Amino acid sequence: MRSFSSSRLATLLILAAAIAALPLIFPSGYYFRVAALVWISALAAIGLNVLMGQAGQVSLGHAGFFGIGAYAVAIGPTHLGIPPWASLLLGAVLAGGLAYLVGRPVLRLRGHYLAIATLGLGVLVSIVLTNESRWTGGPDGMPVPRLILFGWRVSGAETWYWVTGGALLVGTWIALNLTDTPTGRALRALHDSEVAARVAGVDVARYKLAAFVIAAVYASLAGSLLALMNGFITPDQAGFLHSVEFVTMVVVGGLGSVAGAIVGAVVLVTLPQLLTAFQDYQHLMLGLLIMLFMIFLREGIVPSLRALWRLRAAGAAA
Amino acid sequence: MKPISLKALVGAGALALALGQPAMAQNTIKIGSVLSVTGPASFLGEPEEKTLKMYVDKVNAEGGVNGKKLELIVYDDGGDANKARTFATRLVEDDKVVAMVGGSITGTSMAMIPVFEEAKIPFISLGGAIEIVEPVRKFVYKTPHTDRMACLKIFEDMRARKITKIGIISSTDGFGKSMREQCLKAAKEGGVEFIADETHGPGDADMTPQLTRIKNTPGIQALIHTGFGRHGAVVTRNVRQVGLTIPFYQNHGVASKSYIELSGEAANGVRLPAAALLVAEKLPDNDPQKPVVLAYKQHYEKTTGQPVSTFGGHAYDGFFILVEAMKRAKSTDPVKINEEIEKTKGFIGTGGIVNMSPTDHLGLDLSAFKMLEIKNGDWKLVQAGS
Repeated sequence: MRSFSSSRLATLLILAAAIAALPLIFPSGYYFRVAALVWISALAAIGLNVLMGQAGQVSLGHAGFFGIGAYAVAIGPTHLGIPPWASLLLGAVLAGGLAYLVGRPVLRLRGHYLAIATLGLGVLVSIVLTNESRWTGGPDGMPVPRLILFGWRVSGAETWYWVTGGALLVGTWIALNLTDTPTGRALRALHDSEVAARVAGVDVARYKLAAFVIAAVYASLAGSLLALMNGFITPDQAGFLHSVEFVTMVVVGGLGSVAGAIVGAVVLVTLPQLLTAFQDYQHLMLGLLIMLFMIFLREGIVPSLRALWRLRAAGAAA
Repeated sequence: MKPISLKALVGAGALALALGQPAMAQNTIKIGSVLSVTGPASFLGEPEEKTLKMYVDKVNAEGGVNGKKLELIVYDDGGDANKARTFATRLVEDDKVVAMVGGSITGTSMAMIPVFEEAKIPFISLGGAIEIVEPVRKFVYKTPHTDRMACLKIFEDMRARKITKIGIISSTDGFGKSMREQCLKAAKEGGVEFIADETHGPGDADMTPQLTRIKNTPGIQALIHTGFGRHGAVVTRNVRQVGLTIPFYQNHGVASKSYIELSGEAANGVRLPAAALLVAEKLPDNDPQKPVVLAYKQHYEKTTGQPVSTFGGHAYDGFFILVEAMKRAKSTDPVKINEEIEKTKGFIGTGGIVNMSPTDHLGLDLSAFKMLEIKNGDWKLVQAGS
């Protein structure tokens, strides 16, 4: 047990050190922006990891919740006169509530029903965002008012780097702590075997629902942060492809590992930026790299490397 | 002695590259572009990218601008506004471009505007919607005609044919929806009244129910379709199938040879507003645009081996508005270049004759659109009032 919690503390410390140290090597504001995008995606991926890695359920509509959060901070201040920070919270409540309503009946079933239901939900959200152009600006998107906190206008890539980095740190800390609570243990139990968990007295449906709601709230908060940082939002952000991107982050990084979700986000956000050098073959390279990751690091980047590390350490000791 | 690891080698190589770049950058003028070369809007981004590359090479071969060679940096956003925004930041902060021509669609352009406004770098967008230049932003321009202009051009033609009561069928995609709204808003100014208003989904294969309803609307004199791509042809065929004989107007979004091919016989008599580029050879010899559009068409078709499209033409216009402004400014200072772009007067492009002003960052008037009619599988220029 002690090795568990110390490795978790290590994750948090490494992350904090990375966030603090990276600006020292950043030559321009563009790097701050890419890093901030990584932190935002990582936040959503960590949430999704609670659902996928711990509760063993797949959500194919996660960008829908991301979109709800993003449009909450756009529509709230523009049309309803709600301040941005309150809209951010409202979006999270809305996303969580919707996850609860949809998850409650669906999660009583076993198998891939949640995946199908979330797929539908994600598509629905993106259709509503595209068609209700009076509220959302339609397919061309809408501007998002700047976030103002206590008279401080939050803008600029560097500022947002710190804001999103802080949010990610808090999000990681909560997700890591969750692993050690009764909820976390129940989730892991039902990931390993639903039947065994049920026999042990775990209310399977309730814990799955909790994981789903947590994941939705994380995604919504990440969406709000992105919208506030960009100052502009389009319905693509709630689209199916973006949902797939989130799932890929979790799987490539390593199912069930909080650090893995972050690494997955790093890979999927920075690779397209690095691969611009390949121009026409950019998408080809991206697909190829993800395939290679999945073939050679089947458990995901973080768990595979960790296993390799342990193997080496064992070899050196012997 | 340890051998040098591969990692160290790659690191050293990267370092050398990073150090080598600024030295080269001294003698070039960097122009940035973010285009939707892949993804759903690739039919816009692809010809735009080809056009820009083609003409940067041409200008460089002729000695560059103010004695300096141009360097074009293109990023592909895949139609994603968030990616576009990131690349825009990269162009400004990392590549340090002096100006930007690009942004294939309205969504990506709108997302990039704040970046260039804050950096005070001129940004010539290739997106369609009027909101890019209205309200006027100090550093933002665009070259394509707006939906509103297409509507007004159609209304102008209708007035000449004494048509006042009309119907509209529009696609629910972004382009179709936006043009529908602009047409409805401009109806009063154009002197027409909409008495039928139907929509269809972008993927629909049959629009006869909507068209039958339009046919049964008493007093209807003409019909407009808004929306681009394949369904333009489907609507055209359906119009003939339900026996609608009233004048039928298409929009500039279907203005391609493939539209005529897909529609077949049904396209005969269909009218639409489009840029002069489509009828380059048929323009009267005294038309000032004729030499420009002919030269672009020939150069594009010779270099790429593909038929010319109006979308690449937008990139041509944006690029040369910028090049001429840089020549006049005799400087690579973005603010000075911006001042000169705003003073663009009488620039003859593929989209029309551009006259910018501090209150007009589009600079095109209705004369930029030609009214075309399809006759026996080809475009024909409509003379006013016929």
